[in-house]
Amino acid sequence: MAGFGHGPAHPVEVEDPRVASRNARQGMRLFLFYLAFYAGFVGLNAFAPKQMESTPLFGVNLAILYGCGLIVAAMILALIYCWQCRSDQTLPPAKS
Amino acid sequence: MLPDPSSLSIVVFLIFVGVTLALSFYFAAKTKSASGYFAAGGQIHWFVNGIAFAGDYLSAASFLGICGMIAFYGYDGFLYSIGFLAGWVVALFVVAEPLKRLGKYTFADALNSQFQSRGITLAAGISTLVVSVFYLIPQMVGAGSLIKPLLGFSHETGVVLVGVIVVMIVATAGMVSTTYVQFIKGALLVFFSGILTILILQRGLKVDDRPEANQPQTITTLADGTKLVNGLPQGRGAGQGDLRPVGHITKLPGGVKETGPLGPFQYLATLQASEIVLWKSTPQKNADGSKTITYTPQPKPGNEVLRPGNSPTFKGLQTESTYSKLNFISLMLALFCGTASLPHILIRYYTVKDQAAARLSTVVGIGTIGCFYVLTLFMGLGAMTTGTLDLTDSNMAAPMLAKSFGELLFAIISAIAFTTVLGTVSGLIVAASGAVVHDLLGSVLQLGLTDEQKVRVGKLAAVVVGVIAIFLGIGFKELNAGFLVGWAFSVAASANLPALAMLLFWKGTTKQGITVAIFAGMISSLGWILVSAEAFEKVYGYAGKDAELMALVPFSQPGIVTIPLGFIVLIVVSLLTRKAAVGGSA
Repeated sequence: MAGFGHGPAHPVEVEDPRVASRNARQGMRLFLFYLAFYAGFVGLNAFAPKQMESTPLFGVNLAILYGCGLIVAAMILALIYCWQCRSDQTLPPAKS
Repeated sequence: MLPDPSSLSIVVFLIFVGVTLALSFYFAAKTKSASGYFAAGGQIHWFVNGIAFAGDYLSAASFLGICGMIAFYGYDGFLYSIGFLAGWVVALFVVAEPLKRLGKYTFADALNSQFQSRGITLAAGISTLVVSVFYLIPQMVGAGSLIKPLLGFSHETGVVLVGVIVVMIVATAGMVSTTYVQFIKGALLVFFSGILTILILQRGLKVDDRPEANQPQTITTLADGTKLVNGLPQGRGAGQGDLRPVGHITKLPGGVKETGPLGPFQYLATLQASEIVLWKSTPQKNADGSKTITYTPQPKPGNEVLRPGNSPTFKGLQTESTYSKLNFISLMLALFCGTASLPHILIRYYTVKDQAAARLSTVVGIGTIGCFYVLTLFMGLGAMTTGTLDLTDSNMAAPMLAKSFGELLFAIISAIAFTTVLGTVSGLIVAASGAVVHDLLGSVLQLGLTDEQKVRVGKLAAVVVGVIAIFLGIGFKELNAGFLVGWAFSVAASANLPALAMLLFWKGTTKQGITVAIFAGMISSLGWILVSAEAFEKVYGYAGKDAELMALVPFSQPGIVTIPLGFIVLIVVSLLTRKAAVGGSA
């Protein structure tokens, strides 16, 4: 450790190509889901900016709700990804 | 407005700088190897790295620029917050683990892991330098803006001071000291932004119906540089005048004068139904060679302030202009793709032990950065309605808002903002010096440097890059920080992302494809920017209409054209060179 002595950072991950490819697949799914959500936001701002003035919840407009929703969604998806990639998750046996 | 430094601000500033430098000298003795200097030996804890990601990423543009843009134009600044945060999704889901697996010190390592090509290293090294320099300019400009009200020094002195301190941080212990400076800065920035937001909500909203609050103001710069404010020489003495701080509400819903404490949703909903004063600036050249800027109050309904399209950057969103819409989409695309292409962010993945730590640190980074960006909305809106805005400097909105809560909070927020610049500039200089030593000297020129020589040359490169940054910070003094960062994202996304993504997901990628795609993305995005209307207006000094006539491209943000171009070039060149290779061996 470079300093502050807070012990080992994390157990070293054993490189299993199947784990790497599973993580990549799960990452790609979550990425595509978020991309669609983000594209919706950009599209609404660009082509229907009036829609962003509507106030669907708490008297707050869609522009702020959607923007904060994107920020919160990134945090939730990041946690889901971490949970999906946890090292104790069992993988199907490798084909011989 | 004239600066008003206090001794408390100076003391807090000196404490922050002292702690930062002490930390660097403490780690200096422990950093001897190239791995330690450029990648902190891969031994940084994932949690520390996650907060350091926030410290590295939340630059002057994020803290000063976004808060200022929201305070001056409303919702539009928040669009940058959303784009900057969304980019981390690409970093976590697509780039983090493979990059950690493939690389060692620099971005070029990862790209070159299966090819060992000098062409790739040269292209990636140059791209790292170009993006880092683009990103350095707004940080140094932000430092100059901050030092004036904080310490009363000139812009130039502020830039030199930052340059010297940063070079000392980087040249002592490289990535180790940089990491801990970023860690401390990231934690303090989010914590104190949270405190500031709580105070804003506790104070609530208040109507300012004094007649003088709605008076226009003028500032005239005479040919000899003397400044007149509202016709009087600028100063605080008798017969002198200074711009008064602005930003207020003229009507609250229900005709009340004051709301008292509000919850976050109530705060936003109340603003939505209020009338808020934004300020329009109109520059004018006078016959005697002097220049006058007139600031005029523009009362606006809250629902218009909180919708997109109020700022000069995004004003086209409320029109039918196709090019304005393309410009917006292009910027949002660059922000989304740019984060995972910024060399100073990517090299942070080498400072942790393994892929799991890379993943976890990104999650911590997203949490920290996400919280901060939500807070920027409240800080910006708080500054917009508290009567603390300096009409001549949007970058000072957040520190001046803090000042309305007391001198101590102003001193702390300003010192944190200064450390914000230090943290980001340190990361950029480490990335640039790594590219010089490891990529250009070590791999391209094959100088065969020993580990010790790499560290020594790395420190020398840090000094050189620091000196360049100082000159750029002084030379580009007038440019807006957030605007320049948008350009850096466009260049990074166009040059680096196609190469990185295709290397990871397409087996047909060849070394020639990667090399040509990096150069194509970098040159096309840089070229597009340099002949755009924004460059003609803000860099070459043409007036609005003239700048539009001079522009050679239909809109200013290049990403929507140059990012796909990078992918197309890579695919075409790879297909051509693969065929040649197959043909040659047959």
